[in-house]
Amino acid sequence: MASSATMLVEPDVVEATLARALARGGEFAEVFVEDRRSTAISLDDRRVEELSSGRDRGAGIRVVVGDTTGFAHTADLSPSGLLAAAEAASAVARSGGPGPRPVALEGRHVPSPNRVDLLPETVEKARKVALLTRADQAARAAGGAVGQVTAGYGDSRRRILVANSDGVLVEDDQVRSRLSVMCVATGDTGLHTGYDSLAHTVGFELFDRHAAEDVAAEAARRALVKLKARPAPSGVLPVVIKSGTGGILFHEACGHGLEADHIAKDASVYTGRLGDRVASPLVTLVDDGTVTDEWGTAAVDDEGRPTQRNVLIQDGVLTDYLWDHLRARKERRASSGNGRRQSYRHLPMVRMTNTYLLAGDAEPDDLVASTPRGIYVAQLGGGQVNTATGDFVFGMVEAYLIEDGRITEPLRDANLIGNGPDVLHKIDGVANDFDMCPGTCGKDGQSVPVGCGQPTLRISGVTIGGTAGA
Amino acid sequence: MPELIDLAERIAADARPGEQVEAYVGWQRDTDVRVYDGDVESLSAAESAGVGIRVVVGGRQGFAYVGDLDEPHAREALAEARDNATFATVDDHAGLAHPDGVTPADLQLWAPGADTWPTPDKIALALDLDRAARAGDPRIRQVVSADYGDALSEAAIATSTGIRATTRRTTCYVSADVVAGTGDETQTGVGYSVGRDPSDLDVAVAARDAVERATRLLGATKPKSTTLTVVLDPRVTATLLAILSGALSGEEAAKGRSMFAGRLGEQVGAGLLTLVDDPTDPRAFGAARVDAEGLACRRTVLVDGGRLTGFLYDTYSARLAGAASTGSAVRAGFKSGPGVGARALSLTPGHLDRDAVLRTVGDGLLVQDISGVHSGVSAVSGDFSVGADGLLVRDGAIAEPVREMTIASTLQRMLQAVVAVGNDVEWLPGNAAGMTVAIADVAMSGA
Repeated sequence: MASSATMLVEPDVVEATLARALARGGEFAEVFVEDRRSTAISLDDRRVEELSSGRDRGAGIRVVVGDTTGFAHTADLSPSGLLAAAEAASAVARSGGPGPRPVALEGRHVPSPNRVDLLPETVEKARKVALLTRADQAARAAGGAVGQVTAGYGDSRRRILVANSDGVLVEDDQVRSRLSVMCVATGDTGLHTGYDSLAHTVGFELFDRHAAEDVAAEAARRALVKLKARPAPSGVLPVVIKSGTGGILFHEACGHGLEADHIAKDASVYTGRLGDRVASPLVTLVDDGTVTDEWGTAAVDDEGRPTQRNVLIQDGVLTDYLWDHLRARKERRASSGNGRRQSYRHLPMVRMTNTYLLAGDAEPDDLVASTPRGIYVAQLGGGQVNTATGDFVFGMVEAYLIEDGRITEPLRDANLIGNGPDVLHKIDGVANDFDMCPGTCGKDGQSVPVGCGQPTLRISGVTIGGTAGA
Repeated sequence: MPELIDLAERIAADARPGEQVEAYVGWQRDTDVRVYDGDVESLSAAESAGVGIRVVVGGRQGFAYVGDLDEPHAREALAEARDNATFATVDDHAGLAHPDGVTPADLQLWAPGADTWPTPDKIALALDLDRAARAGDPRIRQVVSADYGDALSEAAIATSTGIRATTRRTTCYVSADVVAGTGDETQTGVGYSVGRDPSDLDVAVAARDAVERATRLLGATKPKSTTLTVVLDPRVTATLLAILSGALSGEEAAKGRSMFAGRLGEQVGAGLLTLVDDPTDPRAFGAARVDAEGLACRRTVLVDGGRLTGFLYDTYSARLAGAASTGSAVRAGFKSGPGVGARALSLTPGHLDRDAVLRTVGDGLLVQDISGVHSGVSAVSGDFSVGADGLLVRDGAIAEPVREMTIASTLQRMLQAVVAVGNDVEWLPGNAAGMTVAIADVAMSGA
């Protein structure tokens, strides 16, 4: 464990805060301290528009009594500020209580799966700005039809400390770097957009490993392709999804439905289905917060639990759900390391980390070649699911027709719609390639960084939300 | 809260010669209650505050923020914003707002006594909602959550260019999320009620809305693909207007990223469409006296009888377009600088109520909910493709429920194909009002 001199809050102050939080009869108390610094730079219309930076720090305190949680947060990290927040959070315990209860913390060091070579705060701002101007030039060089380029750079360093009345005391230092580029291409068919991003839980060395120009060129290519795109078909067709962004399919189609809070409230189609065949035997689905450098990776979750690899579906059979501290405590089992929160101002809840489908045996090209007529999706955008019904949508932002086993014409953007359990059974081909992509997952008003991944795969039939006859 | 504006003014007063400084100081207190199964699941009460600082010097802009009201921290942020500005590209249009002589509307957006609302009363509202939703229909299987929430917020803006503005408001809501089921089948519904004071909230309406939305979808099947007229529920209309507001941003238009770019004065929609952003309307959830740069909010007519008559501008985009600010600067809080946005969009209502609109349409689809808006709709290209559920309309009346389909068109075509605007205006959370709207020739993809 790091020496106490560098801790966000001194251990004795944390102990006193927890003792106060339990004074009115709380059964469990937790202190979550966060110190977050971030930098964002935007380039728009050939100009470095703005460089923005900030610091936000504070603590969130949680007290659990029976099935009720009290929560308060404060930006005041002094002993008196923390005690006041502990007092406010413990107001839910109405029974009086025994008075301050001592808590003995045992510091623990959890090594981070991520390695940071170059802390972004040590890098000159001019180098960060230069990434964006290089991206702008590369995007414009891709074609004269690229009329507008917006590029964004961001880095953040999030130090957290989590301590609770079970004696847990742990810290983590999470550094993230990202670059995104959006291009607008103009042609006879109007304006079309193309987007690409690069985001990892690493430092500025990210940009030694990957060129900003490549991200920009890919965004520009996607916009330019759509100048020739025709409206997507309407109706049910087989769909081949290229490795990478298709991971969003599993995030939406079943990941959210496997979160134990939805399960406990019978608000998921997967409630009571453990041990059942819920997907094609080709499907093995994993949520893993330990994948080095990925967007959803951390040493510990936001409840201080070390992240781990959780197999959710094995060969089509549902093996487990995702758990946070509260839901696991109620079921008398261990958390799976999936308790996450947007910031110290938010309560933690069950969230995914990096969710991905394991690779299979098929050749990616064969999946296309064996499809007489269908859709090839090269990039998926965001999606949305109703966990109670299993109905989900996700957007195709780069897609093509498959005709006679060959990828042919590009298609305009459209959503696909399906039902999670139904679509998982319809996966009839999983390839031997694999890729991951970064995303932002929203749930109950909180956003957290997540990773998604999958090999190239085929679904035998999905409804395509276009306007042209299928 | 005098100390917010005092802090903002002290920071702005630090501007050096040739430099413009803006300090935005925000404070908010939230209470959130969640009830599940007849008991409080969580209760959180918290304050947050911070300072966002913009510096413009020699046509370059920089921004920095800090998440507390500590004056030394705010001065560190000012130094950081100054340093950040040196890295921006020179832009002759950059600059802070100047007072423009428009007086803010006299709006009462702060409920008297808001700071002393008793917590037990807030908990009681959520418990009442949970009970009402559970009792609403025997087919209600779960009330996943019954929530009460309120926010008391204040902001102060001061600039070295003479802006001095303060604003404060209260908002509160109750919201129920229910699951209805028969046998293996499950449907969901969300209902809510919003206001400025807890006494504005109608628990019975929120419960009934959630229950009706869930139960009326029971038995829904996937429809056959076809092209039909869609009748949008007021909530769906409000979502659609919010998307359109992206294309009505003067900044997006000036930068060639809007489907309305270069089309001012053209007929972009059916003659019965008149669209106005009016934050001075006290009924609007987004009503505000001043915008995020401290200028008075005002009424802007965007589409008049189907003709595009205006865009929304903040100070920067107005300069870019050679126009005047429409007082349309918005910001997400103290952590970011201003951008352009609508606050209170509404179509001018027609004369028909919902049932009359259904009779006019005859056969079609009443759209209850849409999903995938962020992935399937673009205010740049106008492409529109979203997941939907709702009820078929036959012979002018509501018929069987349908689900797991998409509806698709382009925003450009949909605006031209509006065949009816209802009179059932509903002010909803967010930046737009809803009402029933019917749009012809939309592709529905199903089985």
